[in-house]
Amino acid sequence: MQPDQDTSLAATVDAPPGWRSRFDSRNMLGWEAGLAVVVIAIGILGVSTSSEFLTGNNIFNLGLQSGEIAIMALPMTLIIISGEIDLSVASIMGMSSALLGYLWGKHWPMLVIFLVILLVGVLAGAINGLLITRLGLPSLAVTIGTLGLYRGVANIILGPNTISNFPASYANIGVTGVFNSNLSFSAAVFIVLAVLFGVVLHFTPVGRSIYAMGASPEAATFAGIRVKRIKTVLYIVSGVICSLAGVLLTFRLSTSVNTNGLGLELDVVAVVLLGGVSIFGGKGTIVGVVLGVLAFAGIQNALLLTSFNQEAASIPVGGLLLVSVFVPNIATLTRRIRGVIARRGKAAPSAVGAGHD
Amino acid sequence: MDPGHSADRRIGDQGRGTAPPGLPAAAEESANLGRGGQGPDPDHGTGADQGQDVDHGTGTDHRTGPDHGTGAANPPDRGHPPGTPLLSLRHAAKAFGAVQAIADGSIDLYGGEVHGLVGENGAGKSTLVKILAGVYQPDSGELVVGGAPTVLHSPAAAQDAGIAVIYQEPTLFPDLTAAENIFMGRQPLRRGRRIDARQMREQARELFEQLGVRIDPGRICRGLSIADQQIIEIAKALSLEAKIIVMDEPTAALSAAEVDRLFDVARTLRASGAAVLFISHRLEEVFEICQRVTVMRDGRQVLTRELAGLTADELVRAMVGRKLDERVAGDRAAPGELVLKVERLTREGVFVDVSFDVRAGEIVAMSGLVGSGRSEVARAIFGIDGYDAGSVTVHERPLRKSSPTSAMAAGVGFVPEDRRQQGLVMEMSVQQNMALASLGRLRRAGLISGKSERDFAADWALKLRIKFGRLTDPVSQLSGGNQQKVVLAKWLGRNPSLLIVDEPTRGIDIATKGEVHRLLSELAGNGVAILMISSELPEVLRVGDRILVMREGRLVSEYDRADASEEKIMSAATGQLQEQPQ
Amino acid sequence: MSATLAPPREPSGAPAEVGSRRLTERVFRVRETGIIAVLALFVLITAVIQPRFVSSSNIQFILVNTAVYALVALGETMVIITRNVDLSVQSVLALSAYLSAGLFGHVHGIPIPVVFGVGLGIGLAFGAANGLMVSLGRVPSLVVTLATLYIIQGVDILVVGGNEVVASSLPAGFVDIPNATIFDIPWLAIVVAVVIGAGAYYLRSFRSGRELYAIGSNPDGARLAGIPVARRVFTAFTLCGGIAGVGGVLWAAQYQTINTSAGGTNFSLIVIAAVVVGGVAIFGGSGSAVGAAIGALLLGTINVALDVLGISDFWDQAIAGFLLLLAITLDRGISVRLAAALRKRSARDAA
Repeated sequence: MQPDQDTSLAATVDAPPGWRSRFDSRNMLGWEAGLAVVVIAIGILGVSTSSEFLTGNNIFNLGLQSGEIAIMALPMTLIIISGEIDLSVASIMGMSSALLGYLWGKHWPMLVIFLVILLVGVLAGAINGLLITRLGLPSLAVTIGTLGLYRGVANIILGPNTISNFPASYANIGVTGVFNSNLSFSAAVFIVLAVLFGVVLHFTPVGRSIYAMGASPEAATFAGIRVKRIKTVLYIVSGVICSLAGVLLTFRLSTSVNTNGLGLELDVVAVVLLGGVSIFGGKGTIVGVVLGVLAFAGIQNALLLTSFNQEAASIPVGGLLLVSVFVPNIATLTRRIRGVIARRGKAAPSAVGAGHD
Repeated sequence: MDPGHSADRRIGDQGRGTAPPGLPAAAEESANLGRGGQGPDPDHGTGADQGQDVDHGTGTDHRTGPDHGTGAANPPDRGHPPGTPLLSLRHAAKAFGAVQAIADGSIDLYGGEVHGLVGENGAGKSTLVKILAGVYQPDSGELVVGGAPTVLHSPAAAQDAGIAVIYQEPTLFPDLTAAENIFMGRQPLRRGRRIDARQMREQARELFEQLGVRIDPGRICRGLSIADQQIIEIAKALSLEAKIIVMDEPTAALSAAEVDRLFDVARTLRASGAAVLFISHRLEEVFEICQRVTVMRDGRQVLTRELAGLTADELVRAMVGRKLDERVAGDRAAPGELVLKVERLTREGVFVDVSFDVRAGEIVAMSGLVGSGRSEVARAIFGIDGYDAGSVTVHERPLRKSSPTSAMAAGVGFVPEDRRQQGLVMEMSVQQNMALASLGRLRRAGLISGKSERDFAADWALKLRIKFGRLTDPVSQLSGGNQQKVVLAKWLGRNPSLLIVDEPTRGIDIATKGEVHRLLSELAGNGVAILMISSELPEVLRVGDRILVMREGRLVSEYDRADASEEKIMSAATGQLQEQPQ
Repeated sequence: MSATLAPPREPSGAPAEVGSRRLTERVFRVRETGIIAVLALFVLITAVIQPRFVSSSNIQFILVNTAVYALVALGETMVIITRNVDLSVQSVLALSAYLSAGLFGHVHGIPIPVVFGVGLGIGLAFGAANGLMVSLGRVPSLVVTLATLYIIQGVDILVVGGNEVVASSLPAGFVDIPNATIFDIPWLAIVVAVVIGAGAYYLRSFRSGRELYAIGSNPDGARLAGIPVARRVFTAFTLCGGIAGVGGVLWAAQYQTINTSAGGTNFSLIVIAAVVVGGVAIFGGSGSAVGAAIGALLLGTINVALDVLGISDFWDQAIAGFLLLLAITLDRGISVRLAAALRKRSARDAA
């Protein structure tokens, strides 16, 4: 999506050669490293406040709680790097959950239900993608609209009903981990997908193209990159993944109700931004987002184990988000503050003296 | 989300202008010089240069003439009006890192005159303008405005000092009305500090009348022509009681009628006692509207004098100050098979019925004035834009419309006009930019091979002699010339059979310019077909084997290099030519 | 001082200039009247099918229900016009609702205006924090206000704990606010309408208001023009927060039972949707507070209309979402056509 914040004058006045690009790759690795430290710190904090923090059981719960958000964060990462945003993720999740419950209630075979959900996910993503790439509408506004539309469809499908009679073999994912280990099913899915998305983003031509179109849409087009096609595919992938997340959520809760996933979209965006992905596009890594997921989940989990109100976890999350945008900007910020102070201190605009930019 | 208007070249009535002195009287309307296009490299000038075709018919060819550059350290400023200058810049210097944009810039602007500022790309004109505009502060030197030494720390300070700058691409508020744009922040008030909208519209109307133009003050600025936007900026300057008005290449995107209107406005400003600084590549305009001229070369002021009695030739020599190179390389082998065939290509409102071929091993140069449709044809061939009728065939196979992928698959490469926005992803590294069009081939098992990418980039960096720190440095750190080489490397890395280059040497230093020309020649020698769009006539004649001329969306002339001359090309581009050879 | 040396060069003369102004004015009035028309049509159709819809009690219900949304939409409009966004209004409203209403239980006999003042103050404080970070820090407002949304939400959760404000702790005068009517029109709606009108007037007729549009229309141009961008953006965020704070108090008056779910999920996004439906461009520079208020009214009306028509109100969200998509598609279509028409006209005039 387009930057919603005006760019600095220095960036628009053509920088002469030698001007350090603010997207220096070194800057980026700095954030991941810092975040890794934060995650370790959270771990230490967790262990010190509760002996249960690193138990297998807790790890399982950790994976369980944030699994769906983590999974949805992966396509969101690619979408934000490409310069757009998708706020309909939680609603697609809700729609798939509602479909699952409704069709199961109608005694459809599970595999067919999965297929239908997959197709609906593709359709939902395609609608987003087409509105944004073909009609050229701003993704922020479009996906707020589809947020409502898809949640509405979920409402219509399921109405006030609640379906809970899912077969134990599926609903088990909320109780036991993969192969009876401590790794929850959704965490395992996340790990597999993270590797997949990471490889695609960082090592394939498509991934490089995504960075290019986020950093400079025009140059990407001129290099023969099919920007519209790739963005549409990204939204379709997001639709599919969010549908998958919806299925996982439903089985984990063993419940299909029209409010499943309500409000999660901002959590997904937060996790991605925490990971150091720039809202302006063109910058960010999957490693960062994985760390962001760990930080996000870790904070919530640590608070859960202490008797602190778990929901207040949003305070440190918000704080970290602020840090994520301010720290890279510290240099610019201090310069600006100095500039403001200097200007206030000056006598008159025509004071003699060499002024420097 | 307004689509950029860079592609919105208009087929206007180009090509009028009065001849500079020195030309035979009969050639009143023929001396229109090669117009540079708009370029976004402010530190290296905006727009290609070298179009100064002052062919006297006596055979004087400024390419081989002796060097008459003045070379004096402090050239005398002759013929200025009486009194003290409104603005005086003395010995300004400004460097950006290792690049010395201005070494010794001096200029005096007096009220009641229009003062021309000319110079090649990279001569320092744009930096000078930015210093006057308060965007940059000089490293050394002195600026005196209204008799008092001044340091302009910001554009607002420049505005307070009575300086207004009209840029080639004005920045108005597209969602607000013309009147609001003029008075933003200073709207007339009614009782209770409320804006008096009617008064504001009235005052705007008065300003427009003063300038002799008719623009509706209540009109939203979105969709306004560049010419109208400039007028609004000038009206704003008037309302701010600016005494010094700088016009930075204002005519690049204007039709002849709009240029006339602008000149009338300039005369009005002059009559009111303001000082107008007029920067342009088009010498005939300078001769038409200015009283005095300053020439900059290599970051220094080299000449300041009255235009009366000055010939265009002398002006050009002061600007260029050296012998230009002879034609690049020797004759190449005869062109080979047909590579590109464009047939009756038409895009409504942009270009009509364009047909031409390019063969392997030949360089076809496409010349013409700004707005004649050349870049648009190139973009249509490559598939960035669509077209309404006609066909494009490469190696006898038709290219799909609007599909850069199809063009690339057929072996076409495209080096676009705007290096920074279209040619490069400025945030990415040198290596990544070079690889951007070849990612498919640098793969191993579906993944980009870091080693292949590095080797590829290093290889091309060597071949093209690109100067950089490390391959992983952001490409924004390179100079313009080296950046252009990166763009070239990106496409050459695909081994194209057809290379389209749009303004290949715009905003590039002389040395690299030569290198690029040699490179193009070499490529042609190796059998690549090249379509080169250029506004620089010397470049066209140096490098092109065949020269096509477009005018107002049509292909009007074609010349073999042997038959071509700057005068002929210019005449065709401006519509003076009667016969239309095919 | 200056003389006209040349006669006006405009070949087509006055009619063209007036024509293009008429065109733009016509189109822009269309946007505002367009949404009013949609609303009117909606109400009409529903009323025809079910006359009960336009009963005075129903209309009161709609007006009271949408009042808070329309009010917060005013503040959000100011921010969006500057090409920013404020996601934190949701939690500011929630916290303000709890704290201000909770005052009644803690300070006996506290005058109602004081409570409003407290709510306003809380909102202004958080709004100012947002404004400071966005304007001085030059950081994207989406991220900043997402962060403050989280932080304030967390604070709200901590402060509320397991408690809630119950209706019985609130004085009758306070609880009656949503019910008071004059000539059958709720006072609440009138006051909110007046405030929105004032806000819209400010945006239209005061320099600093117009500068907000300039900032959103061309941020760099605004700087170059000497507009104090940081100050204006700061003010916009502060006011947005303050208005959300007042909205919180009104919410408390309306719903009376306040816990951590005050405002409902997605309140911020609903307000933004209303603003966009009302014609404010998501990238700033254009749109009006009145349009935004009508957008809120439209979305609120749909809810009630569905109920009255017997359609399950589960269709509500879907219709609202669809309307938003429709609105931005039409806006885009209109602006593209308008730009092309104006360009053609310019080309004709210049030739």
